[in-house]
Amino acid sequence: MSFFLIKMDFKGRDIISIRDFSKKEIDHILNYANKMIPYAKGKKYEAKLKGKVLSSLFFEPSTRTRLSFETAMNRLGGRVIGFADPSGTSQKKGESLADTIRMANSYSDAIVIRHHQEGAARLAAEFADVPVVNAGDGAGHHPTQCLLDLFTIRAEKKGIKNKNIVLVGDLKYGRTVHSLAHALALYGAQLTFVSPVTLKMPIEVINDCKELGVEPLQTVSLDKAVKEADVLYVTRIQKERFPDPGEYNRVVGSYKINIELLKEAKKNIIVMHPLPRVTEIDPEVDKTPHAIYFKQAFNGVPVRMALLSLILGGKL
Amino acid sequence: MKELKIPLIKNGSVIDHITSGNAVKVLHILGIPKGTSSVVSVAMNVNSKMGKKDIVKVENRELDPQEVDKIALIAPKATINIIRNYKVAKKHKVELPDEVIGLLSCSNPTCVSNAKEPVKSRFMVVCKDPPKIKCYYCEREPEDIADRII
Repeated sequence: MSFFLIKMDFKGRDIISIRDFSKKEIDHILNYANKMIPYAKGKKYEAKLKGKVLSSLFFEPSTRTRLSFETAMNRLGGRVIGFADPSGTSQKKGESLADTIRMANSYSDAIVIRHHQEGAARLAAEFADVPVVNAGDGAGHHPTQCLLDLFTIRAEKKGIKNKNIVLVGDLKYGRTVHSLAHALALYGAQLTFVSPVTLKMPIEVINDCKELGVEPLQTVSLDKAVKEADVLYVTRIQKERFPDPGEYNRVVGSYKINIELLKEAKKNIIVMHPLPRVTEIDPEVDKTPHAIYFKQAFNGVPVRMALLSLILGGKL
Repeated sequence: MKELKIPLIKNGSVIDHITSGNAVKVLHILGIPKGTSSVVSVAMNVNSKMGKKDIVKVENRELDPQEVDKIALIAPKATINIIRNYKVAKKHKVELPDEVIGLLSCSNPTCVSNAKEPVKSRFMVVCKDPPKIKCYYCEREPEDIADRII
């Protein structure tokens, strides 16, 4: 099968941060993911990862990321071990993350990890010989979410360069938007960051975009920003990331995406969200053609199938 | 020969060209005066061709390379002179390596390097002068490097 021919060698490679990848490499993954769609939908089947075992270590709650990794592995004929809740593991007895990783390393061919501490996946990669995939490390990185977001924008808007992309919500603690801002700048998108003053995009991310030749606009006003947007990427104000509950209460509910707001936007604007959403998108928006977030969530499967195939060297 | 503000030492180390005002931080990095009985002389805001500088002289103690690395974090232009019998036996300008391992703690309380894991802190040097570093694990850049020295 021609689409299984791999031109770049990803075998054994850790997927920790989107910053570890060149644009050419990202393109390769996205192109490969595109060809995975019929397999992700179960319309075609190839047990190319038969005999391979994936450790799925989720120290923090997850619905989409964990299930889509498991689906990706199953769709390719592989098996998954692991946990969705660390309370049933030796971590409760005080075991270090390093030792947990050593064990998973000896039981499986690849490790997917989500952890509440920043840098956890990079640490895991130090203690594992098998490839490690970061499924979110605290407020750090979430590279596979970033890849599926790029995949979605590329598919829906027929490209990323020069598209006007508005990121709105918690830009300070939201790991998704940090990775995404970098990647979008890499592709030459026009960026606007909308957030409450206390949840502004970190200066490191702004500087990173500038180094890539993109000067992001920053504002607190969504009404203005939405008018020119091709893509509206909404994020949840994440209660669990706030060191101070008072700070959370002051900003929660700052932005609400509803039909009224979208009337002011371009007709073909798409609304994306990494999910879960709480109150930031009115359920009425779900029925409109602007709502892409459920399709976006599905795209996690082909993208993760592509990644797993590549890092497991799937001679696919 | 130009007269020195502080006396020559017979044996030990002279740290010259310390960024003006940073001598006390250098002493902190070296763990002085705790744990040493060496005589230490400090001169601050000394005039030199390149403007004001600080100088530290530590008698009977030769700095080891790890200590030199630590100093480079806050005094990137410093030079270390090892003195033996009143003569300069060794002299070199400090320079930050590309990585600094085990010398600083990360400023991010939720960085995995601050958890009880069997790893030393690790920082990538983004800029050598003025020193700018980034945590290898969480990628946070500490604002005040001197405050992060272990």
